[in-house]
Amino acid sequence: MKRASLSRQRLAALGLLGIPLLTYPLLGLPEGNWLGLPAGYVYLFAVWGGLIALAAGVAERKGK
Amino acid sequence: MLSGWFISLIAAAYLAVLFAVARHGEARADAGRSIISANVYALSLAVYCTSWTFFGSVGRATSGGLSFLTIYLGPTLMLLFTGVILKMIRISKAQRITSIADFIAARYGKSQLLAGLVTVIAVIGVVPYIALQLKAVAASVDVLFAGDRHRLLPWWLDSTLLVAAVLALFTIWFGTRHLDATERHEGMVAAVAFESVVKLFAFLAVGLFVTYGMFDGFSDLFARAAASPELARLLQPDSARAGTWTALILLSGLAIIFLPRQFQIIVVENVDEAHLKRAVWLFPLYLLLINIFVLPVALGGLLHFSGQAVNPDTFVLTLPLAHGAEALALLVFIGGLSAATGMVIVETIALSTMVCNDLAMPLLLRSTWLQGEKGRDLSGLLLLIRRIAIGLILLLGYVYFRAAGEAYALVGIGLISFAAVAQFAPAMFGGMYWKQGTRAGAAAGLLGGFAVWLYTLLLPSFARSGWIDDGFVVHGLFGLAGLKAQALFGLSGFDEISHSLLWSLFANIGLYVLVSLNSRPDATEAGQAERFVDVFRYAGGATDARLWRGNASQPQLVALLERFLGPARARQQLAAHAATRGQADWRELPADAGFVQFAEGELAAAIGSASARVMVASVAQEEDLGLDEVLGILDEATQVRAYSHQLENKQRELEVATSELRAANERLREVDRMKDDFIATVTHELRTPLTSIRAFSEMLHDDPRLELAERTRFLGIIVGETERLTRLINQILDLAKLESGHAEWTSAAVDIGAVVREAMASLEQLFRDKEVALSGEIPENGPQVQVDRDRLTQVVINLLSNAVKFVPGGVGLVRVRVFSLADSVRVEVADNGPGLSADECRLVFEKFRQGGNTLTDKPQGTGLGLPISRQIVEYFGGNLWVESQPGAGATFIFTVPLPAPEA
Repeated sequence: MKRASLSRQRLAALGLLGIPLLTYPLLGLPEGNWLGLPAGYVYLFAVWGGLIALAAGVAERKGK
Repeated sequence: MLSGWFISLIAAAYLAVLFAVARHGEARADAGRSIISANVYALSLAVYCTSWTFFGSVGRATSGGLSFLTIYLGPTLMLLFTGVILKMIRISKAQRITSIADFIAARYGKSQLLAGLVTVIAVIGVVPYIALQLKAVAASVDVLFAGDRHRLLPWWLDSTLLVAAVLALFTIWFGTRHLDATERHEGMVAAVAFESVVKLFAFLAVGLFVTYGMFDGFSDLFARAAASPELARLLQPDSARAGTWTALILLSGLAIIFLPRQFQIIVVENVDEAHLKRAVWLFPLYLLLINIFVLPVALGGLLHFSGQAVNPDTFVLTLPLAHGAEALALLVFIGGLSAATGMVIVETIALSTMVCNDLAMPLLLRSTWLQGEKGRDLSGLLLLIRRIAIGLILLLGYVYFRAAGEAYALVGIGLISFAAVAQFAPAMFGGMYWKQGTRAGAAAGLLGGFAVWLYTLLLPSFARSGWIDDGFVVHGLFGLAGLKAQALFGLSGFDEISHSLLWSLFANIGLYVLVSLNSRPDATEAGQAERFVDVFRYAGGATDARLWRGNASQPQLVALLERFLGPARARQQLAAHAATRGQADWRELPADAGFVQFAEGELAAAIGSASARVMVASVAQEEDLGLDEVLGILDEATQVRAYSHQLENKQRELEVATSELRAANERLREVDRMKDDFIATVTHELRTPLTSIRAFSEMLHDDPRLELAERTRFLGIIVGETERLTRLINQILDLAKLESGHAEWTSAAVDIGAVVREAMASLEQLFRDKEVALSGEIPENGPQVQVDRDRLTQVVINLLSNAVKFVPGGVGLVRVRVFSLADSVRVEVADNGPGLSADECRLVFEKFRQGGNTLTDKPQGTGLGLPISRQIVEYFGGNLWVESQPGAGATFIFTVPLPAPEA
């Protein structure tokens, strides 16, 4: 059995992490205003951006 | 106001630029310098963002708040499962797959039935989506022309038809320039990537204009919206719709790979698997950027047009126009046009490939007309069919738009398509990871899921458009409440999309699994299942070739290739194939299984795997392999792989064993050498006292008149030397006894501090003679240990006499410390001698090793003291070791365990 490369596994782990972060009930937690903006809006874009940044870090890492 | 002519001119110019980009891409590809880089690939994936994104997201945000984001979060998550997509790419390359219909058909035994079924679902499912693009372009044209009094009648009476026609021509132009063996369109991909940049730029421009031009930035906009209770609810995710939120993420996650155009771009147009790594984050980043301003623009529009009847789907255009920013409006129009053209072009190309290969070809191959035209070159006919298919698909889209388009907001139509292509998921994923899945199961699942989709989503949308009676939606089919189309079996409280997705996937997966488990695959299917599921394990065609047995004639196969690929292309591929097999001329190649495989692969790329199989079977006398035989061959292949794997392991083990043996041998030799050294040392040590004993004895013997004083001195020397001899022999005997386990031990509770003090006292004279300072740090009532007292004394004396031997006289210093640890007593003997290197620290405990430099110094001992001491300490259950650095003295440390406290 050939094992998936480590970066592929790391990306999949990010995906599994992202699913609960981007759905209910966690999504219902942010309330009120953050930094003067609606909390839900900031939360969604921050988590989304964070996932993208981590994925970029994993995918663009040198080597395997 | 913008004039109609001017806008038409700009649009035409833009399309010309697009065409130039495509031509440039083609030219580069033909020259062998592909324009497709990782970035271009990632950007071309943004064909996902259609006019739905461009216009519709804003419209959706005005009613559903943040829920428009689900359509973009799903793809982000899906792409992270890179392994799945990589597997799809790998399989498609190995099997020469050119469409999603071909993928599913090839997996389940190259089935024409499945290929046709998938094609029909794809066409019916996606036509509304194409209609949506036409509708979006038409709507944006309407907005731009709203104030134009001098309408350019009559042609622009129906601008949508014109748009559809132009797009059809455009698609035909660079979608079907030639029949490529791999069905790749690098020019198209380049154009789509270019379009993606344009639409992102246009949307960001209008977003910045609204947020910072019309309002005072995000905070201002959100603050004003929060002031109105109507708008405030759009600012937070709505937890009442949690189920819908999750369903839409799932739906869009599936759509990103199963929409025909997405499959085309991600899988078929992929030139390098490594590009996927960039796409994994760059494409989601694109989605994030294009969505940042959606909510601000929606809120801006609602605030600005509050109370006016302005379609929210057109806010991106109407907001700039309302502020006289006509250039910006024009840019937005071009952006929207970009979004629509990109989608239409790729989608229709993908669909036309399916329609041609999986609907038209099977019919054509059966027709008597084609049978009569055996020798004809059909590559031109194939292109013609594709062009007609493109025209028909766009015409169908137009018809749908005319008939139903007005009834729905943009997004509603798009989601219907998403739910349709989600039906491919069970057959696809099952096919990639589950060998047991069968053709019958896939067909049953697809049919069941599609039927539910039709009943719960498409037909109700027709009913809403007034085409059919809406009785089945309102009252249920035959008046049965349980069959209400959008509350099936009484399941209510969901929106129509989630409801349809739930029931259709339920039916689909259930039927697929159930029927698969109760049906038996045929031989071809079993073979294909193996190749799909284990694609990463199959290195090449060795097994593939063994799965085909029969007789074929090379000229007939070549004729087949020439017929469908065209003579020039066929020759080119034949020459390339010959080269891989090490033949200069393809005419020399035998018509063996490998050649048949090659021919079938080439044909599959041109006309689909199912039709290719039929064509090859028509010219080759194929011997049908039974299912058991196929499974046997596959099993054998698996075993061969397992054996070779085992062989590799064995070889590795062998290498390890060899090197271990070599090391052991070396060690043995070293021990041998040390024994020789020892014997030399012992002999030397024995001879020295013997020689002096003999010399003095002879003197006493020869000269009887020797003075008494002299005589006594000589006798004293003789006695001393004899004692030294005895000591040496005793040590050797002692070691031999310890090693063989025959030593006698007594055991008693011993005060270790007292033992150390005693040993120090007995060696006091020795230290004084050499002027070496000896200090101790020993507790008054030392800890009691259970040991042999004499042996312990022997160890301490040995360490002390070693220390005094190596420290310099006069300035030498030896310190002894005894202290208790948690479960043992630790004794340290530290000196300020020359110290030991790391190597010496290890070697000093080996038997026969002498301290100091044995080459220049006279041996200072027997080399047995330390090994004996270590054996003794280890017998007590402790450890003896040395910590030292060259030049910094050495510390010999040993520990003796304390007796366990009584329970």
